[in-house]
Amino acid sequence: MTRTTVQIPTPLRAFAEGNAEVPVEGDTVDAVVRSLASRYPKLQKHLFTPGGELRNFVSVYLNDEDIRHLQRGATPTRDGDVVAIVPAIAGGASAAVSDAPLSRDQLVRYSRHLLLPEVGVAGQKKLLRSKVLVVGAGGLGSPTALYLAAAGVGEIGIVDFDAVDVSNLQRQVLYTTQDVGRPKLEVAKARLEGLNPALKVNLHNAPLRSSNAMEILRPYDVVVDGTDNFPTRYLVNDACVLLGKPNVYGSIYRFEGQASVFDARRGPCYRCLYPEPPPADLVPSCAEAGVFGILPGIVGIMQATETVKLLLDLGEPLIGRLLLFDALAMSFRELQLRKNPDCVLCSPKATQKGLIDYEQFCGVPTASAPRNAAGVPEITPEELRDELASADPPMLVDVRDPPEWEIAHLPTATLIPRGELPNRVSELTRARHVVVYCRSGQRSSQASRLLLDLGFQNVRNLKGGLLAWADHIDPSMPKY
Amino acid sequence: MRPVELSGSQVRAIRAHARATYPDECCGFLVVRAGEPDGAPRRVLAVERARNEFDGERRRRFVIRPEELLEVEGRLAGQERAVGGFYHSHPDHPAVPSEFDREHAWPWYSYLVLGITEKAAGPLGAFELDPDSGVFVPIPLVIPRTTDWSRGKRTPKSLLGEEGTP
Repeated sequence: MTRTTVQIPTPLRAFAEGNAEVPVEGDTVDAVVRSLASRYPKLQKHLFTPGGELRNFVSVYLNDEDIRHLQRGATPTRDGDVVAIVPAIAGGASAAVSDAPLSRDQLVRYSRHLLLPEVGVAGQKKLLRSKVLVVGAGGLGSPTALYLAAAGVGEIGIVDFDAVDVSNLQRQVLYTTQDVGRPKLEVAKARLEGLNPALKVNLHNAPLRSSNAMEILRPYDVVVDGTDNFPTRYLVNDACVLLGKPNVYGSIYRFEGQASVFDARRGPCYRCLYPEPPPADLVPSCAEAGVFGILPGIVGIMQATETVKLLLDLGEPLIGRLLLFDALAMSFRELQLRKNPDCVLCSPKATQKGLIDYEQFCGVPTASAPRNAAGVPEITPEELRDELASADPPMLVDVRDPPEWEIAHLPTATLIPRGELPNRVSELTRARHVVVYCRSGQRSSQASRLLLDLGFQNVRNLKGGLLAWADHIDPSMPKY
Repeated sequence: MRPVELSGSQVRAIRAHARATYPDECCGFLVVRAGEPDGAPRRVLAVERARNEFDGERRRRFVIRPEELLEVEGRLAGQERAVGGFYHSHPDHPAVPSEFDREHAWPWYSYLVLGITEKAAGPLGAFELDPDSGVFVPIPLVIPRTTDWSRGKRTPKSLLGEEGTP
């Protein structure tokens, strides 16, 4: 039998003979808590419902981790584990808006849902209270938003900033020929409200960026990723992980589609699947590669299905599974996804605690991503040459991998490969100012961002990296 | 049931918080001395704002995440202080606990509820859960009369509600 220590919160100590900590045996968290309650029967009603379930405002932590992020009650314990019972404090004024009965129109409109015992009046009310954000009102966002509006989701937010183009009509079923040239958001709102007049549509008429993502996503229960580019996809994922929201993912390529639900609280996130984006020049867009027009319809409706299931807590969500669809073969395949134990974002070893510059992370050429105030400060090769010759030269950090260092490096540099940087930042603390470089300036920019996020004030990135150094300062330096 | 003693400036701090988050509910911690015997009046040493993390209609609900409670308790433990209860506001609702409040209440803690409307903060109510009956019972709220010579005498009545109605 496994021996653990249970920590009892102050309000419950009176029911456990005043004890703050009690040794309890049990092989799972559930067994431990039940054993505790049987030892102190007065605790029973404060921890469990009359049906014997753990009350939903009783949080249980195993060694500082919420068991809802582990295997809940079934989480195995080991000798010496600490199980902490923590009150979740909740309350609020009574007359919740949602307690209003369904109107006559709603009873008729949603009657086919109400007939399903799995949905029923309670489920429909839940949907009417729900808020879903659809990022991108294109091929995937169109069918998703239409079905969510029809199903009775109370509030739908849409992020887009495009106008309807005639080439969209082959697959973006929110729009008609007469809408060409009009802003997508304006058309989408009218169309969705026409379908369901009680629906509240929130328009977010701007590209999703690191600077606005948290604010835009925060009010929503579920986020649907209908984006067509990697920077936004990583941004949506990261913001969802940081905010603890489920991210219903879909993507399409020619005749093939993918769908999954990324909820870092219960499974892997997008970064667990793809820690790094593919090189920018290997990623064709729909505009370049073409797409089978019906494909986004199928994938978008799968996203809508998963969204409603999540909102109603119904069935088996597509968490930890990647669904692959091939329209030519008309076949579905499923891959099991695991949480990456080293995920920079959602693992216990996470190093990334905020949003980053996604254009840069995905290697989008800087020409299309103009620098702004939030960017990493840069130094040109000429400026660096002058500073290195000055009385107060910067500390030079080379973040490439050792084989690259062997090919060429700057004489006074220190090699700290990018992956080791988080653990070796102490080597930089004495430097008054730091210049980070790599081959082209991309990796070093990410490394600079990391240092800036960690609180280093005077960090600059060598613009264009060693390639630029070779071009402008030292032609003898080998370029690779 | 132990009475709660609160200073006038603490009441004003709770009101200011409720005004700042209106029409959403605000919530926060009541900091007390650790290890006070049960039954002794509970003097609030400080009020501290908490984040309302309810994932939905915050006009009607509040949730304090357990992580935040753990963090605050951990910080207070070194100062021989503890969380002795919570306050929250009821925008456009009376300062009495709702059924939802009762269902989610824990014994031992003191609960303060502030009614607030768009025009003004209203009265403050104090409650504690009776662990045997599972009922919220009102507890005495003591706001000592303070004398502010620069502004004349402050009467406790003015602390009961900005509209003057307790």
